[in-house]
Amino acid sequence: MSRMDEHYVDPTPYDPNADADTGGARPELDMPTGKLIRRRFFRHKLAVISALFLGFLYLCLPFVELIAPYGANERQADFLYAPPQGVHFVHEGEFVGPFVYPIQAEPDLVNFKWDYVQDRTTPQKLRFFCSGSEYKFWGLFEADTHIVCPAEGGTLFLLGADRLGRDVFSRLVYGARISLTVGLIGIAISLLIGISLGGLAGYFGGWVDATVQRMIEVIRSLPELPIWLALSAAVPPQWSPVAVFFMISIILGLLDWPGLARAVRSKLLSLREEEFVRAAELIGAKPTRVIRTHLVPNFMSHIVVSASLSIPAMILGETALSFLGLGLRPPAVSWGVMLNDAQNLTVVEFYPWVASAMIPVMLVVLAFNFLGDGLRDAMDPYS
Amino acid sequence: MIFYLFRRFLTMLLTLLVVSALIFVIINLPPGDALSNQIAELRAQGEAASVARAEFLRTQYSLDQPLWMQYLIWLGAIPGPDGYSGLLQGDYGWSFEFDAPVSEVLGESLWLTVVVNLAALLFIYAVSLPLGAIAAVRAGSWLDYFIAIIGYIGLATPNFLLALILLYYGQRYLNLPIGGLMDPVFEGEPMSFAKLKSILAHLIIPTIVIGTAGTASMIRRLRANLLDELGKPYVATAKAKGLSPFKRVAKYPLRAALNPFVADIGNLLPSLVSGSVLVSVVLSLPTLGPDLLAALRAQDQYLAGFILLFVSALTLVGMLISDILLAVLDPRIRFGGRGK
Repeated sequence: MSRMDEHYVDPTPYDPNADADTGGARPELDMPTGKLIRRRFFRHKLAVISALFLGFLYLCLPFVELIAPYGANERQADFLYAPPQGVHFVHEGEFVGPFVYPIQAEPDLVNFKWDYVQDRTTPQKLRFFCSGSEYKFWGLFEADTHIVCPAEGGTLFLLGADRLGRDVFSRLVYGARISLTVGLIGIAISLLIGISLGGLAGYFGGWVDATVQRMIEVIRSLPELPIWLALSAAVPPQWSPVAVFFMISIILGLLDWPGLARAVRSKLLSLREEEFVRAAELIGAKPTRVIRTHLVPNFMSHIVVSASLSIPAMILGETALSFLGLGLRPPAVSWGVMLNDAQNLTVVEFYPWVASAMIPVMLVVLAFNFLGDGLRDAMDPYS
Repeated sequence: MIFYLFRRFLTMLLTLLVVSALIFVIINLPPGDALSNQIAELRAQGEAASVARAEFLRTQYSLDQPLWMQYLIWLGAIPGPDGYSGLLQGDYGWSFEFDAPVSEVLGESLWLTVVVNLAALLFIYAVSLPLGAIAAVRAGSWLDYFIAIIGYIGLATPNFLLALILLYYGQRYLNLPIGGLMDPVFEGEPMSFAKLKSILAHLIIPTIVIGTAGTASMIRRLRANLLDELGKPYVATAKAKGLSPFKRVAKYPLRAALNPFVADIGNLLPSLVSGSVLVSVVLSLPTLGPDLLAALRAQDQYLAGFILLFVSALTLVGMLISDILLAVLDPRIRFGGRGK
């Protein structure tokens, strides 16, 4: 009897909500999905770095005129195939700030090429936020401000010069504008076709589904590059560079949609059986409304992932087409057009810097791949 | 099984038919044709005799007909003028650019394309099978990361650049031959052991270059599949029963993981074939790639059309083979119809 009296009673008043807070087996699952996805994504270090890298590149695109020290097609006839000029800070034991040593061309009559000798005595200090060659900013107003320019009368070839004496670094910066947007436009086309056809097939089923399925099979069995080649050979040569650019992006997107359409279709087929779709239909929602407001948000994550994994293929596609001379043509500048100059072994042997466009191509393609992988892992936070 | 094969074969033929129509439309997208361009050029130069010849060829190969008629004639469904009988009768048409029958222009490059692609396919399997398996068994180790990095680099490097770089360094340090498919000495010679050796030496770089991108994705796929398999209880049982580590992986999990590996050939082949077109242009291999480029530039429609169709047919046949292999490998597919 006395033992019963000894039992312990907690003096604090009972709180009915206390259990609910701590009792959940996996409290993190109660977080909003967006927060979960973000948390999971940030755990993927490579993907975060890639996202930052790509974000930085895309942010730079509107300001390429400022970043590039020269214009994209500006020629320096005295510096054909000039090698990269290294940026130095210390001249003869004395700190000068960033500068380059001037270079001078000397003919090499044995190999029939220009040799460049550095003049190590006179450092040329770089100027910052300076006025250099003129350009039309956003095609609207004249300007001549650059973030960095060579000294007065000097040169600045950070990555050397090409066959016509154009600064490779400036061309890389300008080329980014086309090379990085070509994938975005292409993927937009591909998404448009893929989602609408996949959506139709998955939602209506029956003969619509069968037709779309056959279409997917046919397109998928086409060898991509030869068809791209054939299509871009059909782009009239007299078109303006901008028109050609849009046409090439559309061509790149035209063959990419089957994978997407297939994914959308299979996802829709399973979602269509869910109760909330049935409910919406019974209330009287039209098919377009059901697809848009009830189905699309449910497979959006899937689409984002496949899009980010498809963009690199398009960037590589543009590079390949331009490399073969069937994509964009000069005076348009893209990384593929630049690589077109690096087609022969002479360049690889004597002027490897002309092929430096391959480095941004590789980095961007890798970054998109990592980003896509990270997104794929993150988008499925309940796994 | 026979019924399955038959149905599969029939779908392939139908797909090929649709593909041929698509291709024909695509190559006829640019206005004008090779001959009308040539005729305009010849007119400008005032060469009446050649103009007459070009006009003759134009009617001979029905380029003056409406597009759908041209297609049917090209296909061989209806007879063309003056005995031009079309693809189905084995007449591939005339190459206006090279001024010779298409079959003559292409000649050896047809089977060379098949050989190069087959070599690349074998390379992909030979490399990605062991690498993918090692990556899965040693998941998380430095070896796994190393393989992943190699794979990613293969994925990200544009094929043609890899070709140029390998060409240069292969020649410089390993004394691998540059360009072409054989030593010029053997050109036109009958097949001999020395010629075969020369061809094999020339095949090394193209095979590696064409194979890399595919290898990367194959390694990833096999690694993922095998990892799934390795986590299953039967593997633990095998371990508990004292099976040797090699047998424990190779006997059951690897076999199960191989299934999607073979099925993926359908994704692999189109990219392989298109990659080889580009690479052979860079490496000046006498495959279909350079011919296709020349034909497209000159609007040489029968040549371009036949090459595109051949390449598509190659992909389709590859897919058919992969389906057959899958049916052989996987009893669930083979007996799918009967199980119910």
